[in-house]
Amino acid sequence: MKELKASMAGTVLNVLVAEGDTVTPGQAVVMLESMKMEIPVEAEVGGVVEKVHVEIGGFVNEEETLVTIAE
Amino acid sequence: MTKTTETTGYNERLEQKLATIFAGGHPKYHEKMKESNKLFVRDRLKLLFDDENYVEDGRFANVEAGDLPADGVVTAIGKVNGQTVCVMANDSTVKAGSWGFRTVEKIIRIQETAEKMQVPMLYLVDSAGARITDQLDMFPNRRGAGRIFHNQVRMSGMVPQVCLLFGPSAAGGAYIPAFCDIVIMVEGNASMYLGSPRMAEKVIGEKVTLEEMGGARMHCTVSGVGDVLVATEEEAISEARRYLQNFPANFAMKPEKIEAKAAKAGRTLEAIIPENQNAPFDMYELIDQLVDEGSFFDIKKLFAAELITGIARIEGQVVGILANQPKVKGGVLFGDSADKGAKFINLCDAFSIPLLFLADVPGFMIGTKVERAGIIRHGAKFIAAMSSATVPKISVIVRKAYGAGLYAMAGPAFEPDVCIALPTAQIAVMGPEAAVNAVYSNKIEAIEDPKERIKYVQEKHREYKEEIDIYKLASELIIDEIVAPHQLRGVLAQRLSFYESKELPLPYRKHAITPV
Repeated sequence: MKELKASMAGTVLNVLVAEGDTVTPGQAVVMLESMKMEIPVEAEVGGVVEKVHVEIGGFVNEEETLVTIAE
Repeated sequence: MTKTTETTGYNERLEQKLATIFAGGHPKYHEKMKESNKLFVRDRLKLLFDDENYVEDGRFANVEAGDLPADGVVTAIGKVNGQTVCVMANDSTVKAGSWGFRTVEKIIRIQETAEKMQVPMLYLVDSAGARITDQLDMFPNRRGAGRIFHNQVRMSGMVPQVCLLFGPSAAGGAYIPAFCDIVIMVEGNASMYLGSPRMAEKVIGEKVTLEEMGGARMHCTVSGVGDVLVATEEEAISEARRYLQNFPANFAMKPEKIEAKAAKAGRTLEAIIPENQNAPFDMYELIDQLVDEGSFFDIKKLFAAELITGIARIEGQVVGILANQPKVKGGVLFGDSADKGAKFINLCDAFSIPLLFLADVPGFMIGTKVERAGIIRHGAKFIAAMSSATVPKISVIVRKAYGAGLYAMAGPAFEPDVCIALPTAQIAVMGPEAAVNAVYSNKIEAIEDPKERIKYVQEKHREYKEEIDIYKLASELIIDEIVAPHQLRGVLAQRLSFYESKELPLPYRKHAITPV
């Protein structure tokens, strides 16, 4: 089980996966918007998306969990 | 007939002593080294030096003790890339590489030699720290361990100081890497900590592993005390040799030009840079198109990756590159990236390595978290380092350069020798979206019809973009040149060669009060 965390504070611009999806390491999973920039957050490990913790438009702080991935 | 030493056994006695010294510590410790993929200190030196042509001082230190060959440290003068260097190398088969009185004295002496010769000083560290039993002899006195660090500080910026960390660097010993220009760490074996996990548990009640608290990966990704993470000792040594190729022997000399190589085959800059200022791209791909293939030496690659810092060659000429990485955290500058940039600039400036800034930066991060962490003083540290550097400074605005981001990346006010813009460059206090919001937010909110509102905002964006149009800035002499992206490498090579003779006198004073 690996928690994918926000690399910086910002708003969730897009969630690119759904629960149950398989992801590979390096795949962009969530797109944040911060400082007017698009910030892709990539999976550090491969596995199945177990839970998406955020909604589009929501604010997340740095280090907040975005997605849980079951390895 | 007169007796000569030829027949009286003097040499035999010497050879016996030498044999015990060269053997190092007890065989069981050599076995242990092998098990953890560590090399014996003398094998490390063989790999480090160009050849067998090296000399050693204090080889017989503590020879009378019997079990402390060389007193646990080899100090030597040899050649790396044809350049004379001084080296101290712990022998962890001898009392875990711990420091006694003679160990410390030997280290101090080789440092003094490096200073007198004005040559690089290398520290091959693998040591458990002080021999507590010898503490009065080796710790507090004028030529105690503190003197090693005092010497390092004195020699900083005078000669290159490189640390290769093969094992632990514990307690006070952990300051050796901290005072070096660069620290190369072997993953799995190297560690740095002031108090061991055992001590942490006893003194503050924390339960933690060595890897978590002071491991090589942690230091190269989180704390930033480590600079280069490598898998093996052989790699650590070859990386140190590669790093030193870019440096002169001391501050008074200049780095040598080497044979030029073409850039790596790849996409053009035009194909790499997205038109949308807010879209991420990989700055490494752009750097590859600017530098001679294989020449980029990445420093702190894994730490604060939103700012890339590394030394490379352009047409054989050495250059220190600072580049924002839009792919990581949008290329926004944080406290850690500011620290990383400041130290890198100081390093290059000390040894006459020109600086190239590749700006694509939305600014410094904002918000409660970073303000509480002192982003302003960290930013000031970065800007102060950049501002006081007197080596040639070339600023290239790749895409956006907003706010204090422009300052940090050697914007026009900080006396770069040239500020070059690519046609995609956008220089402003803030980006169009943020600026229009800041200036017109009341008016925007007052428009009730959503279509009208969008139209109004778009109109204001257009006006703003016209105001900061790069040709307007060039016309006002704010920037010096606009270059087609595919021509940038050639232009940089030209400029680096023209700026070679740059000399800037330092302001008359003792020293600046550097923000930290």
